[in-house]
Amino acid sequence: MSILRQSSGFLLQVALTFLGLLAVTFFIGRVVPIDPVLAVVGDQAPRDVYEQARRELGLDQPLWTQFAIYVQKVLVGDFGQSLVTNRPVVDDIARVFPATLELATFATIIGVALGVPMGIAGAVWQDRWPDQIVRVIGLVGYSVPIFWLGIVSLLVFYGMLGWVQGPGRLGVFFEDIVRPVTGVLLVDAALAGEWEVFRNAFGHVVLPSAVLGYFSVAYIARMTRSFMLEQLNQEYIVAARAKGMSEARVIWVHALRNVAVPLVTVIGLSYARLLEGAVLTETVFAWPGIGRYLTTALLAADMNAVLGATIVIGAVFIGVNLLSDLLYRLLDPRAT
Amino acid sequence: MTDASLPSTEVETSRRRRFFRAWPPAVLLALAWIAFIALVSIFADWLKPYDFMALDLRDRLAEPVFMGGTFRHLLGSDELGRDVLSRLIESVRMSLVIAFLSTLIAAAIGVSLGFLAAHFRGWVEQVILGAIDFMAAIPFLIIALAVLAFFGNTLTLFILLMGMHGWERIARITRGLAIAAKEQGYAAAASEIGASPFRVYGAHILPNIASTLIVAMTLNIPEVILLESGLSFLGLGVQPPLTSLGNMVGYGREYIQTAPWILLSPAVVIILTTLAVSVVGDWLRDRLDPTLR
Repeated sequence: MSILRQSSGFLLQVALTFLGLLAVTFFIGRVVPIDPVLAVVGDQAPRDVYEQARRELGLDQPLWTQFAIYVQKVLVGDFGQSLVTNRPVVDDIARVFPATLELATFATIIGVALGVPMGIAGAVWQDRWPDQIVRVIGLVGYSVPIFWLGIVSLLVFYGMLGWVQGPGRLGVFFEDIVRPVTGVLLVDAALAGEWEVFRNAFGHVVLPSAVLGYFSVAYIARMTRSFMLEQLNQEYIVAARAKGMSEARVIWVHALRNVAVPLVTVIGLSYARLLEGAVLTETVFAWPGIGRYLTTALLAADMNAVLGATIVIGAVFIGVNLLSDLLYRLLDPRAT
Repeated sequence: MTDASLPSTEVETSRRRRFFRAWPPAVLLALAWIAFIALVSIFADWLKPYDFMALDLRDRLAEPVFMGGTFRHLLGSDELGRDVLSRLIESVRMSLVIAFLSTLIAAAIGVSLGFLAAHFRGWVEQVILGAIDFMAAIPFLIIALAVLAFFGNTLTLFILLMGMHGWERIARITRGLAIAAKEQGYAAAASEIGASPFRVYGAHILPNIASTLIVAMTLNIPEVILLESGLSFLGLGVQPPLTSLGNMVGYGREYIQTAPWILLSPAVVIILTTLAVSVVGDWLRDRLDPTLR
């Protein structure tokens, strides 16, 4: 019962937050000193054409009605036309979003695979050299600008060493070989059995996701360390040790199981943050995802595209954030 | 007693050890760096060897001294022959002023809302808590991008926008501390003898919770520096002819192969500054408020 009540409260929270996001974008889009009617009909339009366009856009309605119409449109995925690509914004976003998803997922995998063991090492050898290393990595993760790390790693690993592929998502020679099914290139290539394409795509994704993942490593390691320290001081750990259980089993089975629950939330939060950080990373690596779509649209003053991308990123961010919160409550019966 | 019987060198070392336990070397270095850049930004106009906008087209992309250049441009010059050192000094000042002012704005918003929530409770508190949750649940960088794209960019708007970052954490901390403080004797006593709510919160509760707030503000500063430099890097932050650290990295990026020094020095300053402020913030937190982790 309580789970039902919790999830309904959770849905209400998601709905309210999303509505708030829409209110912010609506406000941004309306207060802007550009006349949206002129953007449609042009400067030279006669009076009646102007009035008609104004009515069609719903701008003669009161602000509340306009907002209701706006919410309705967004809910069915109508963000209007992009001025640059001349296609519906929602189609553009559907095309670029898988690239961002691919990048953020890879980065999270790196973050979890490195961050969790590092955090555990830091807790187990507290204040000794492994802990110091984890601390330094964490501090650097909080103080190095992500775009600078991207530029420098591109210069070193692509420009000087040639270990990875350059900017973009795929080499020119490999374009259009595989038919997009999921939009995630690695999956598509694997499905089609095109291993050359797979290798090339992998070479492209490694560096940006490593750069993006570094920040999630820093965050996840720091949180894992503090959760683990908390668990290692609990009595059940002392009891397990007193029973003569091996240290490895105490840490990896008993303590980790209890650390795993709050860790889910942290991983969810870091995933959401990665979507945000992707805006900078994608710009540096010319990665054709939603972040780059957003910045390109910004510089071209393509307002529908800007607001559409903002809403989509915001919605995913809110969703992931609150979902990890819900998951935590479901997994941990002690949480209220 | 024991000290007197020890040889003087041992007294020296134990004193030194005690000093370094209270002031770890990393913290001392960080404080020294912060003091250094603070002085540089205060005296920027006297320290700059050239005007930061002055062009010298005959001396474009000059190499810095440590890469075999001349002493004309200590840190080299950029694609328009502008002196990198002068631009760096100007940028440091800009980035610090933005970080400092916007953190003050965030603190002002956060403390006011936190006090309002603690004072009125009820629906006022619910609304404020809702706003806090909302702020924590949206991607601020993306919203900031959209705002800057639509409203154009002036320095004032930019600082105000950066001031919206992080207020929710300060508000949450303030609310919690103020509710706890209200239950303590001193605040109740002050209102008993007829002090107005403004006086109780401003003159009695605020000084008592200030140390925690200072820690929270310190930890906000590196985030604002990174946010500002990220936005400026994208070309949406500080606009030319003004310059900031992120701005320099953004424009220097195109010359990374031929003139890496344009991008190098501002990046080093960003990293050292955020690192130093984080180290000092962590240290302050451990000293002033061990509960805040």
